[in-house]
Amino acid sequence: MHQDQRPPSRKRLVRLCLNGRWREDAVPDHLLLVNYLRETVGLTGTKTGCDGGECGACMVLVDSVPMPACITLAVRCEGRSIETIEGLSSGGSLHRLQRAFHEQLGTQCGFCTPGMIMSAAALLRRNARPTDGEIREALAGNLCRCTGYVKIVESVRAAVDDAP
Amino acid sequence: MTAAAGAFRVVEPADVAAATAAHAGEPGSRYLGGGTDLLVNLRRGLGTPALLIDLRGIAELDGLACMAGGARIGAGVTLARIAADPEFRARYPALCEAAAAVAGPAHRNVATVAGNLCLDTRCIYYNQSEWWRGANAYCLKYRGDVCHVAPQGRHCHAAFCGDLAPALLVLGASIEVAGRAGRRRMPLAELYRDDGLAHLTLAADELLVAAELPADPPPSAYAKLRVRGSVDFPLAGVAVALRAEEGRLSILRVALTGTNSRPFLLDGTDNLLGRPLDATVLRHLDRLVQKQVHPMRTTLLQSNYRRVAAAALARHLAARLAATPEAAR
Ligand SMILES: Cc1cc2nc3c(=O)[nH]c(=O)nc-3n(C[C@H](O)[C@H](O)[C@H](O)COP(=O)(O)OP(=O)(O)OC[C@H]3O[C@@H](n4cnc5c(N)ncnc54)[C@H](O)[C@@H]3O)c2cc1C
Ligand code: SF4
Ligand code: FES
Ligand code: FES
Repeated sequence: MHQDQRPPSRKRLVRLCLNGRWREDAVPDHLLLVNYLRETVGLTGTKTGCDGGECGACMVLVDSVPMPACITLAVRCEGRSIETIEGLSSGGSLHRLQRAFHEQLGTQCGFCTPGMIMSAAALLRRNARPTDGEIREALAGNLCRCTGYVKIVESVRAAVDDAP
Repeated sequence: MTAAAGAFRVVEPADVAAATAAHAGEPGSRYLGGGTDLLVNLRRGLGTPALLIDLRGIAELDGLACMAGGARIGAGVTLARIAADPEFRARYPALCEAAAAVAGPAHRNVATVAGNLCLDTRCIYYNQSEWWRGANAYCLKYRGDVCHVAPQGRHCHAAFCGDLAPALLVLGASIEVAGRAGRRRMPLAELYRDDGLAHLTLAADELLVAAELPADPPPSAYAKLRVRGSVDFPLAGVAVALRAEEGRLSILRVALTGTNSRPFLLDGTDNLLGRPLDATVLRHLDRLVQKQVHPMRTTLLQSNYRRVAAAALARHLAARLAATPEAAR
């Protein structure tokens, strides 16, 4: 990491809605959303898999749109709704995508899984019955080193079929 | 912890004048679009600006209009928006195909047209972590004094890899630029020069305001060579615009990206006008491309493969366009 000699940048108050609850934190201008989530808030479900916006392990939803949190500035989330993997389950029961990834073996080491599920969640929200092609397109920015992707697509498909 | 992107401040000017004024107050600062290129580079220690000027709140940069007299694309319009716009898809398909082929779907939701046109040049020795580059004694482009691609020379060969530029070039785009000294317009081609260290002709304080396209464009298409079909920069990208009248070429424009330090319009295609697009013309086209692209070892893929593939893409696109009913009139 490059060591910068300049004084740290100023902090400002950022108000955002995280997994359905509004909160306010003083954050420096240069703070990345992934570090805000993991260090400031302590939600470590969002992963860091690369150093350059390439892998999708850090995917979160910003106003329902997937975005790599590692190339998003926290201060740019002022007034927005941020959703992470921790926000998907409710009342102790898993979201149907989480259940499907578990049951269909869509997860192996698990490192890509939170990002995969967030991208898939955004897809299902705007398109309740996606084709396999649409599922692949929506997950195009999420890399997985373990599964070979087949089981991941099958998991999303199973979650689609499991829709209430 | 994920490497911080440096210790910059961020300001959010409300209009273009305030943005350029902010730049004047802090000369080393950088304009911020979607941040999908800039923030990645800053995280890797490529640059240490004290200030980022966030252009996202500037309404003037956000307009997208397809009119009878042409089209105007605000600098801040996102790639997802342009790729999905039905009017642009019908009139300027090469542009929408190029926009849809940039990075992954999440990036395209925030990545902007200006950020794509002003994308930094790329090289395997440059787009690396601080640690990696430090272990390799850095390079000419940033903090070092030798080019690992061509060590004898004093020139950086990093490649321009934006997908939009070739499409906009074959469609005849011009750009509007604003700086402290005022506004100016120029053909898009004049934004670039063939120097991996300084590939843009903008003054430090200048920002892109919009790109403009003429009406009645010829049919066009874009294709790129990449390792993975999902998220990858072009190893060679080609746009073609073509029209034929009574079977004979009346317009043939080809532009390339990913092979040189600037995107460029192929020279010499005018000599092929007036002829049918047959095997001989395609052979000429192939030769023109192979002569004018200069891929260097800035990627893991062999340079010569990129050269041959660029020419093949140009031939395929030209042949495909010539076979469409829209190309003839
Ligand atoms: C994993 C990954 C894959 C990618 N794949 C591709 C790809 O296949 N093809 C491709 O073309 N790109 C690719 N990119 C790069 C990038 O996402 C796009 O080029 C995008 O369009 C950049 O736009 P932006 O708004 O995010 O730019 P920013 O990062 O905000 O800015 C990029 C540069 O442009 C300058 N700039 C921004 N706005 C202006 C303005 N109005 N006037 C003057 N200068 C300005 C910035 O100062 C900076 O130097 C990829 C990036 C990632 C992380
Ligand atoms: S072409 Fe040479 S100087 Fe330029 S980025 Fe690559 S190694 Fe560095
Ligand atoms: S950690 Fe964000 S894309 Fe890899
Ligand atoms: S399950 Fe290991 S990276 Fe996807």
